[in-house]
Amino acid sequence: MIPEIGHFALVMALCLAIAQASIPLIGASTNNANWMAVGRSTAIGQFLFLLLAFVCLAYSFVVNDFSVLYVANNSNTALPIYYRISAVWGAHEGSLLLWVLALAGWGFAVAIFSRSLPQDLLARVLSVMGMISIGFLLFTLATSNPFDRLFPAALQGRDLNPLLQDPGLVIHPPMLYMGYVGFSVAFAFAIAALISGEMDSAWVRWSRPWANLAWVFLTIGIALGSWWAYQELGWGGWWFWDPVENASFMPWLAGTALIHSLAVTEKRSTFKSWTILLSIIVFSLSLLGTFLVRSGVLVSVHSFASDPARGVYILGFLALVVGGSLTLYAWRAMRFSSTSQYEIVSKETMLLVNNVLLIVAMLTILIGTLYPLFEDALGMPKSSVGAPYFDAVFVPLMLPLIFMMALGPVAKWRRENLGELLNRLKVLAVIAIVVGAVLPLAIYGNNTVMTGIGIAAAAWVILSSIYAVVRLVNKRDAKTPLLKAYAKVPKAMYGMLLAHFGMGIFIIGVVFTSSFSDQVEQAVKVGEKVSVAGYDFILEGVGPVKGPNYDAMRGSVRVEKSEQLLTTLLPEKRIYNVQRNAMTEASIYTGVFADLYVALGEPVTQDKWGLRVYYRPFIQWIWMGCLLMSLGGIVGALDRRYRAQRKTKPVSA
Amino acid sequence: MIRVVSLLLGLWIGVAQAQIVSVEPEYQGRYNELLHELRCLVCQNQTLADSGSGLADDLRLEVKRMLEEGLSDEQIFAFMSDRYGDFVLYNPPVKPRTWLLWFGPFVLLIGGLIGIRQVVRANNKTAKSSTLTESEKKQVNAVIQDRDD
Amino acid sequence: MKSLIPALLFFVISGFLFVGLYKDPTLVSSPLVGKSIPSFSASTLFYPDKKVTQADLIGEIALVNVWATWCPACKHEHPDLVALSEKTDIPIYGLNYKETDKAEARAWLRDEGNPYAFSISDDDGRIGIDFGVYGAPETFLIDAQGVIQHKRVGVMNNKIWQRDFLPIIQRLRREAL
Repeated sequence: MIPEIGHFALVMALCLAIAQASIPLIGASTNNANWMAVGRSTAIGQFLFLLLAFVCLAYSFVVNDFSVLYVANNSNTALPIYYRISAVWGAHEGSLLLWVLALAGWGFAVAIFSRSLPQDLLARVLSVMGMISIGFLLFTLATSNPFDRLFPAALQGRDLNPLLQDPGLVIHPPMLYMGYVGFSVAFAFAIAALISGEMDSAWVRWSRPWANLAWVFLTIGIALGSWWAYQELGWGGWWFWDPVENASFMPWLAGTALIHSLAVTEKRSTFKSWTILLSIIVFSLSLLGTFLVRSGVLVSVHSFASDPARGVYILGFLALVVGGSLTLYAWRAMRFSSTSQYEIVSKETMLLVNNVLLIVAMLTILIGTLYPLFEDALGMPKSSVGAPYFDAVFVPLMLPLIFMMALGPVAKWRRENLGELLNRLKVLAVIAIVVGAVLPLAIYGNNTVMTGIGIAAAAWVILSSIYAVVRLVNKRDAKTPLLKAYAKVPKAMYGMLLAHFGMGIFIIGVVFTSSFSDQVEQAVKVGEKVSVAGYDFILEGVGPVKGPNYDAMRGSVRVEKSEQLLTTLLPEKRIYNVQRNAMTEASIYTGVFADLYVALGEPVTQDKWGLRVYYRPFIQWIWMGCLLMSLGGIVGALDRRYRAQRKTKPVSA
Repeated sequence: MIRVVSLLLGLWIGVAQAQIVSVEPEYQGRYNELLHELRCLVCQNQTLADSGSGLADDLRLEVKRMLEEGLSDEQIFAFMSDRYGDFVLYNPPVKPRTWLLWFGPFVLLIGGLIGIRQVVRANNKTAKSSTLTESEKKQVNAVIQDRDD
Repeated sequence: MKSLIPALLFFVISGFLFVGLYKDPTLVSSPLVGKSIPSFSASTLFYPDKKVTQADLIGEIALVNVWATWCPACKHEHPDLVALSEKTDIPIYGLNYKETDKAEARAWLRDEGNPYAFSISDDDGRIGIDFGVYGAPETFLIDAQGVIQHKRVGVMNNKIWQRDFLPIIQRLRREAL
């Protein structure tokens, strides 16, 4: 019964989405307030029905209802309860349900929090979001219904893929989807502007915090995915340039360009058509990612959807949504001309350069990811485009961007004197270069040109973001107390600088991890030791342990530095009962300045075990940096000017 | 070794871990680097360093053999691509077929920078001919400078 | 018309994506097509003392089929190979790739039919590496000069034979005349 309720709720959500897509749009074009008002109630209703569907599926998992095909395929009575819930989004059908739920959730949030938005704009925004919902709900119901029954019911489920049985995976997909789908709000605002032909300052002030929040979710989602891969996969890496990773990184880069372009559009009411185009591109990339992951066109070891019908459906939908909006853009973009004046050296131009660099970086990943597909389609032999390529092409694109990150925040709008600007920053530049030259030497007694440049770049970004605040505060008149001056700096400014600061922390992590990592893979007997980066790892024993749904061999590894006990690590090699996969459960000693990472390999001979020991300096800084970036995004979205209008501006008729 | 599959949706495959091959310390660094740039054709999203497939085990031994025979990195890459095609090389060689891949980003960058120049110029032309009077412009600028802070 | 560029770019990419939907991204074309078969020297499955070399495969149009008992897809394609060997006069040579159980391999061929003129024993997989084998079963088509003309990765059956192999064989025969 419960699955049928879930199925019914999905159908109801589809009906409401159809109403949400059509009625408010007609209302907006005929200026009918009642019809426009339908947008809010249907958006709220759609969300509630999808929530109901989601709860029904989760319930089926919790009570082990193996008469539901999806549950039988992805769960098991021995699976711990928290993994039974995260199994809801562990495979294609359920993760699609999470996708539409997230989409409806954003629609719900817009309906709740944007009451004072001009009514026709709100109606159009919700209508566009309803259209996207229709596409995905139809897709779910027609090709990927998670409530399909299995008759006769299975006695036992086939269990969740063991790789997904990890705490990181409980929250990573929801965060990532919130980010992906969150950009549908900015997209809907862009389409609304194209339809109405209007894009005033209210438009920007409204769409900007939404784009910021979506970016925050996407940042956290990607960071969690990378952190999970590091923890769970047993290879000590954090980013592999896998097509699926790239699929999430492309919207992030374009989204970063968008939040910067929105800033210019808000402050200077220029770059309007570019901002609209970016809003469309970011969401298109989210949809493209969905296509790449679920259609099987690229080699990525995902097991989803070998069914070409699904690929054809998503591609058709992609063509409709993206092709349609880009065509609409081509037709209407000329309306949004900018009239503000700025020189070639100005904050505006710097942000344009930032946007060009980010978009070129995004296109580079797009070309690299799709290149084997292009070659194959043209009948040429296929290349593999992997980490060495991306590292080689990405660094030269990112260095000028990092250089600009210090200039942009302290440059003036309209016109800046380049000499004066550089003069202001020259002390920072000298300090950054010294830090880059000395810091690696001081810590590791070793430096290379690339490492030095990387650390100098990080120092440059960190110092300049602190300097930008100090400079603002110093500009206040002498009577203002210092603390008050700090409090007066707008939150948006703090948010931006915090995000830049986080980027600096992230760069330190990346540079040190890639420069000074060390690893040894060795077969050892019990009692023997492996030495890496000045640490000794002694295998003290290996013995069996039993988990709720797996059997494991657990190694005990004593870690010493200069004969002093540091910690004991317990890496495991697990065999899950149902799927019989061998899983490596690494054990990690996390420190501020380095991680020590031990994974247990296969037994090499009767008494010898393969031991993989990785030394990963500053690797936690990578995720700390991402966290700071997201915090910056949140702080920026909380800026007073986005909230003030909510209170003061009356609901427009 | 198990390698990621999908950070995005949670699809991954678990495979046996790569067998550990003992290599003379003098070759260890090159050995690791080479393996990380070679793609396993069986588990196609893994490098030879990580793949647990039987073919990867054999190819690791081949790499070790070639290192010990004193072959250069280029010769080892050529050995692999002669048999399995450029697909085994994670660092695609620069040849006409990959020109777009290698030079495309920099062509795009130059195009983008030229585009900026033109946008700024064209914008200034229209902005200068806009209908604001000098005093209005001054007011606007004052407001902008204010907001800037 | 600058504003049309994004839409045009998108439709070009979509075209490629559509073509890509109907291609298997895991298939890798072999650089060995157009090259002579690699040299080797090995014993055969039924005559462990007898050595065969690449010269034994050269002389007429032939197939080289990579198989082993540990490979389920090889078992799957076996009846089709037997049928093929009966209906054509093209010799099929087996490459018994990294066989784990030779006794079972012999028994299998005795019980289920032996399509192979002989099966080369590639115990350590070295010959397979030279042939660029990555996913058994694989089938190579070689011409009378020993040049590889086509490579099939995956199971062989009548449909594949008719579609991919016969046209090449007919062309080779025409050229030989």
